[in-house]
Amino acid sequence: MTEQTPLRKSSLISDQEAENITRVEELAYEIKVQEVMTPNPITMTASVKMQEVLEQFRVARISGAPIVEEGRLIGIISIEDLIRCLIQSDLQAEIQKYMTHNPFTVKGDDPVVEALKMFVSTKVGRLPVVNKEGQLIGILTKGDITRGLLKALQQDYQTEEVRRYRASHLFEDIESERTSLILRYNIKAGDFTHGGEASSKIKRALSRMGASPQIARRCGIATYEAEMNLIIHTTEGGVIRVEIEPHQISIDVYDSGPGIKDVELAMKPGYSTASEKVRELGFGAGMGLVNISRCVDIMKLESVWGKGTRLRMKIFLKKEDTVGEGHAAKS
Amino acid sequence: MKLSEIVQKLNGKVLNSKINLEIEVNGAGAADLMSDVLASIQPQAVLLTGLCNPQVVRTAMMADVLAIVLVRSKMPPVETVQLAENESIPLISTPYGMFEACGILYEAGLNCLERPVSDQDCFAS
Ligand SMILES: Nc1ncnc2c1ncn2[C@@H]1O[C@H](COP(=O)(O)OP(=O)(O)OP(=O)(O)O)[C@@H](O)[C@H]1O
Ligand SMILES: [Mg+2]
Repeated sequence: MTEQTPLRKSSLISDQEAENITRVEELAYEIKVQEVMTPNPITMTASVKMQEVLEQFRVARISGAPIVEEGRLIGIISIEDLIRCLIQSDLQAEIQKYMTHNPFTVKGDDPVVEALKMFVSTKVGRLPVVNKEGQLIGILTKGDITRGLLKALQQDYQTEEVRRYRASHLFEDIESERTSLILRYNIKAGDFTHGGEASSKIKRALSRMGASPQIARRCGIATYEAEMNLIIHTTEGGVIRVEIEPHQISIDVYDSGPGIKDVELAMKPGYSTASEKVRELGFGAGMGLVNISRCVDIMKLESVWGKGTRLRMKIFLKKEDTVGEGHAAKS
Repeated sequence: MKLSEIVQKLNGKVLNSKINLEIEVNGAGAADLMSDVLASIQPQAVLLTGLCNPQVVRTAMMADVLAIVLVRSKMPPVETVQLAENESIPLISTPYGMFEACGILYEAGLNCLERPVSDQDCFAS
C-alpha cells in the first residue's frame, strides 16, 4: 500500500488545475450552505454587557456571534463592534447598543454560491445561517466555504483515486491457478442511441485496472467496431464478453444471425453491406473489421449464414503492462 | 495551439456549458466515416467532421480525440450535446465548411494527426 501512483504528466498539471477551477464552480452550486457552515455557534442575548463579549471572544477565539431572542436571530455582534466600544471605553454597555440589528442572513439549504454573492454584495465577514422558520442554525464565514469546497474537491479526487487503486490491485490478493474477471454486455440490434456505451465502459474499466492508454485505446476501438456491427448488421443483437486476465484480454462477440455469407470478403477493406440510412450516420466504410485486426493480436471471425457470427479477439499484455496487479498506468 | 485559439480562428461556438478551452492541441484530423476516424486519427487530436449524431462523441472517446468540431454550422441533436457534456469532450460548431475549416487550421500551423493507427499504436506491441 506504500507505492504511490504517478497519475499525471507534469505538463498536464495546469490543465488539471484549470479543470479543478471549473469543478469548484460546479461545487459552489451543488454544495449547500449547511454542509459547510459552523453549526451551533456560540450565541448571546441582547442584554449581555460588552465586557462579557470581550471575554467570550477571547476565550472561544471567535470574532463574531449572533444575538438571539428565544431562538430567533435579532442581530450580530462582531469584533469591529467590540473595537468601536473599546475606543469609547464603554464596556459596561449592553450588546444591543453596538450590535448590527436585522443582519443579512443566508438559508441553510441555499447553494454556497448564493452565500458567495452575498459576501461580495454586502462586504460582511460572516453570515448567520437560518432555517425556513428563521431560526438560527449556524454561522458562515468565507473561510468555511473555502474549507468546504477544498474538502469536497479532495473527496471527488479520492473517490476516483480509490476506485483506480482498488481496480488496479484487483488480482493481487487472490490465489488461483488462473484468475480472471469477466464483463458481459447485451447489445440490441438497431440501438444507435446506446451504440458505444458498452465499449466506453470496457475502456474505462481497463484504465482503472491499470491498463496503459495504448492498451485501453486498442481494446476500446476493437470492441467499439464489434459493438456497432452487432447494432448495424444483426437481426437480434448479440453479446460482448470480455475476459480480463493480468496478462491478456480476450474479447468474444457473438450473435444469432443473420451471419456472414463470405467471411473472407467481409474482411476486405471497403466491403460493406450497410444501408444508405446507416451510411448517413457515418458507418459503412467497410473498415470496421480491418480496424479490429489492426488493434488486436489475434482475431478469429467465424460465421454460418443463417445461424450467426462469432468474433474472437485477444490482446496480449507485456509483463510490465499487466492489469489488476498493481502496475500503474504509464501515460 | 490552444483549443481556445482554434475556436476563435474558426469563429466557433462552444456547445458545452462548462468546458476548459485552455488545453494544448497537438493537431487535427478530418473524417466523416467513423471507421476512418478510428483507423487514422492519432490520440489527442481535434476531429473535424460533418456528422453530428451521438456516435461522433463515442467514436471520439474511443480514439482519445481531444475535441470535436462540427463543420457548416451543424447543430447536433440534444443527445449528442448531452453525451459530450457528460464525457467532458469539447463540442464546437463552426460556420465554415470542411474544406475551409481544415484550410484555416492548416495555414495557422496546426499539425496533421492523420496517420494510420497501426504505425505505432497497434502493431508496436
Ligand atoms: N455480426 C455481423 N453479422 C452479420 N454481418 C456482419 C457482422 N459483422 C460484419 N458483418 C458484415 O461484414 C461487413 C464488413 O464489416 P465491417 O465492420 O468491416 O464494415 P461495416 O460495418 O460495413 O462498415 P464500418 O465498420 O466501416 O462502419 C459488413 O458490411 C457486414 O456485411
Ligand atoms: Mg463495422
